[in-house]
Amino acid sequence: MTDQVTPNATSDPDVLAAILRSPPARASRPPGPPPVEAPASVELTIDGVAVSVPDGTTILGACGEQGIDTPTLCYVENLTPVNVCRVCVVEVAGSRVLVPACSRKVEAGMDVQTDSERVRLSRKVVLEFLGSSVDLSLTGPITPDRSIAAYAQRYGADATRFGPPGQPSAAGERDRLESGHHHGPTGDATAATVAQPTKIDNELYVRDYSKCILCYKCVDACGEEAQNTFAIAVAGRGFDARISTESAVPLPESACVYCGNCIGVCPTGALMFKSEYDMRESGTWDESAQTVTDTICPYCGVGCAVSLHAQDDRIVKVTSPTDSSVTDGHLCIKGRFGFEFVNNRPKV
Amino acid sequence: MDLHVVGPLASPVERAAVDAILGAPESGWVGGARDSGTDGHASSGGHALRARRSQLLPALHAVQSRIGWISTPALNYICKRLAVAPAEAYGVATFYALYATTPRPPVVAHVCDDIACRLAGAEALCGDLTRSLGPAGEPIGDGRATWLRSPCLGLCDLAPAALFTTAGERPVMVSAAPVDSAGIAARLESGEGSARPAPVGRQAERGDLRLLRRVGIVDPGSLDDYRASGGYRALARAIEIGPDRVLEEVTASKLMGRGGAAFPTGRKWAAVAAQSAQPHYVVCNADESEPGTFKDRVLLEGDPFATVEAMTIAAFATRASLGYLYIRGEYPEAEWRVTNAIDRARAAGLLGGDILGSGFAFDIELRRGAGAYICGEETALFESIEGKRGEPRNKPPFPVEIGLFGKPTVVNNVETLANVLSIVTDGGESFAQIGTEGSTGPKLFCLSGHVAQPGVYEVEFGATLGDLITLAGGVPGGRAIRTILLGGAAGVFVGQDALDMPLTFEATRAAGATLGSGVIMVFDETADLVDTLRRIAQFFRDESCGQCVPCRVGSVRQEELLARLAAGSRVRSREEELILLREIGQAMRDASICGLGQTASSAIESAFRQPGMVNL
Ligand SMILES: Cc1cc2nc3c(=O)[nH]c(=O)nc-3n(C[C@H](O)[C@H](O)[C@H](O)COP(=O)(O)O)c2cc1C
Ligand code: SF4
Ligand code: SF4
Ligand code: SF4
Ligand code: FES
Ligand code: FES
Repeated sequence: MTDQVTPNATSDPDVLAAILRSPPARASRPPGPPPVEAPASVELTIDGVAVSVPDGTTILGACGEQGIDTPTLCYVENLTPVNVCRVCVVEVAGSRVLVPACSRKVEAGMDVQTDSERVRLSRKVVLEFLGSSVDLSLTGPITPDRSIAAYAQRYGADATRFGPPGQPSAAGERDRLESGHHHGPTGDATAATVAQPTKIDNELYVRDYSKCILCYKCVDACGEEAQNTFAIAVAGRGFDARISTESAVPLPESACVYCGNCIGVCPTGALMFKSEYDMRESGTWDESAQTVTDTICPYCGVGCAVSLHAQDDRIVKVTSPTDSSVTDGHLCIKGRFGFEFVNNRPKV
Repeated sequence: MDLHVVGPLASPVERAAVDAILGAPESGWVGGARDSGTDGHASSGGHALRARRSQLLPALHAVQSRIGWISTPALNYICKRLAVAPAEAYGVATFYALYATTPRPPVVAHVCDDIACRLAGAEALCGDLTRSLGPAGEPIGDGRATWLRSPCLGLCDLAPAALFTTAGERPVMVSAAPVDSAGIAARLESGEGSARPAPVGRQAERGDLRLLRRVGIVDPGSLDDYRASGGYRALARAIEIGPDRVLEEVTASKLMGRGGAAFPTGRKWAAVAAQSAQPHYVVCNADESEPGTFKDRVLLEGDPFATVEAMTIAAFATRASLGYLYIRGEYPEAEWRVTNAIDRARAAGLLGGDILGSGFAFDIELRRGAGAYICGEETALFESIEGKRGEPRNKPPFPVEIGLFGKPTVVNNVETLANVLSIVTDGGESFAQIGTEGSTGPKLFCLSGHVAQPGVYEVEFGATLGDLITLAGGVPGGRAIRTILLGGAAGVFVGQDALDMPLTFEATRAAGATLGSGVIMVFDETADLVDTLRRIAQFFRDESCGQCVPCRVGSVRQEELLARLAAGSRVRSREEELILLREIGQAMRDASICGLGQTASSAIESAFRQPGMVNL
């Protein structure tokens, strides 16, 4: 560092020239943020390899840094992990049971196995449990590069082992199930499912709970993690548990404000734009023919980042990047659904 | 939150029931006069109001027991009073089996059809009721009554059992056992019937009994009698020696939790005492719902002051000022006894602001469960007290750090707490002399099924399984034992060869068995074990909270698999089906969030391991 040079201390032109070339430090500065201490690092072993990651990292994060691909279903970056699907479990030495990688933080000296026999069996059976009870055909749209079928193959999951699917429920039937005594299986060698008709009760989005894996994402996004509307919650218990509005009323009678944040976090396609649903029904939905344009919502001054998905020159759905510092992936009804005016513009 | 509540208004009766619990509303905005069909939005009332969320279950109970079911307007009224979103409240109400969210007659017989009662003819009884009264759940006659099936009611020693609930201005809840179909029909008709016997001391030799010594002898309603028989000596002693010494004594006693998980009580207490976060809570887990378990009921009905005194000592040692006693919703007699004990202790200055003049302040709030086995799991129990669905939390963090309302919490079983009294009066060292190296003190066992004298028996740790069956009079009619279920539905079946096994934590663990909650259910050669296994599978299917995939779906697949084996309609070969059963079990055990899913296959798998036990 050069010697401190103070203005007014000299009139020597050389010195003045030097000052002009490198201005002196300002006498006072606005206070900056306190220095951020780099988090201490934690040493652990993953699949026998010594690893060092910052304190506070999850096992999932540490695995990711090692290039180990871990299946996840109920985990999304912009919501607190609920660790309920259990497809991400790993074996930690000293732990009686397997632990969820998505929520468990690393600890010094941890010895993690991500591909042991126990891990493979649990991941396989969990995928079979889901595959035999839920329609997973669209599961994974928020992580398009990792399809559930690839994982099923990796772990040798065969969802047909429990027998052919049982009878689907009639509309509203599952909404009325009471906790306690269920009607037990008859021994007809079928596997119970959550299949039921799609709930179509408004023009903006549909709810096909045949595809719901009960990952709690929509509930958390509607509630205290994003929207604070609390229009939906889990009702019932056990296999009869379901996402429900108050007293299972249709959406227009519920507290829903159609922000669509539940759609944005749903990993299974159970919640879907009506526009997408209609196109899928008529066979015109074609993701390969779609463009995605990132822009800013035109409505208010917040400046939410929106991604417009367009097909055949029409906006077919709107998402927001989960890593946007403005939205965290969440929008309101205007940004989410207020695009009809674009689609309806007069052709010039 | 912008609370959105619309729809028809709650009836005056529904409102009055809620107001009786919550107090009259302070302003029109929380559901009073200004409320109308068009005024859909209520002010949320801020933090203070939302902090009342934990009143949700008491408010739901109030409507359920006044009307017999919880209508949407009544639910909405509760939501306004407590600033809870209606969808959330609906999620809570539909979680618990004792709440009905669709119309249900005011008079209900809950008839136990669980494993011990099945051995006593419960299925035939339900068949009789179906023929004479109609199918379960259907209104009978003028629609005033109905009957429902119920999981174990904790009356297995008197099987078959039933619980009667009458909603109304003066709600009635009473259990009865043994019952028959004529008696049930008569009670549904008239509301009259004889009371079931109070718990008695089963053991002839009462001299050495510690936990049961007052049961059936001392009037459970009288504080004076409790004190005259040694009650509140332990608390006085605790105050004399101070909290740190109490912790030392409990640690020295090597007392292990009796609620099923066998965790050292001293370690738990010391961990909570050391936490700097405030306040600390003490929770007594009286949600006893493990099929075959009724020891806590006997303690609460027969010696309720002991639980109150022990909770006070736990609070003193761990520096807590508020305790919750969470009692199973199907235990009306025990609840009544405990309520009385708390009231009398408070009136005598044994609870409240200045206990025994020591300056130590502590009080107990009683909370009633609402029909959910899972709420016996400690973190689900916290959620339930907080007014939520009883979904277990992921651990870590553990309750000693983050427990009830996010604060350090001691949670103990009723029987665990009962042991604390003699530990404090006689010293931890002397307690540790009782029993074996790894299992100290006295232990209660619940004997039921095919034994001559079912009931709760107290022994010192070290007694064998055979000793206990002998204490209960052996198998009636000289029949041979086929198998014995240890530890309840979450336990394991053992055979004749286990009769010499000491019932200690270490010996059962070594044998791959478990003590669990102290269940010893005996099945003789006449028992239909396939029927028992299917009922156990049904139990877990019914009681799974549904949060995690392995247990939510696994419990269904396990039940289906047993059903198709029983029906002879296998999907694959028998061998492949049995491999599948094992894999279902392993995934539930390894990947489930909580102990329910982790043990849901335990008894069933153990039955298949016993040669020749299950013919499927
Ligand atoms: C599904 C399930 C049900 C349980 N039910 C009870 C119960 O009814 N009573 C009880 O004391 N503990 C029960 N437990 C154990 C509690 O989680 C907890 O370990 C216990 O209350 C701690 O008290 P202790 O240390 O005195 O045993 C249950 C655990 C599980 C997983
Ligand atoms: S659209 Fe918004 S308000 Fe409606 S349920 Fe979804 S998250 Fe909740
Ligand atoms: S609807 Fe979607 S987000 Fe909601 S629980 Fe089901 S799968 Fe998860
Ligand atoms: S194991 Fe069963 S009871 Fe426990 S959290 Fe999972 S679903 Fe709920
Ligand atoms: S992704 Fe970890 S439990 Fe679902
Ligand atoms: S009371 Fe019926 S099985 Fe326990």
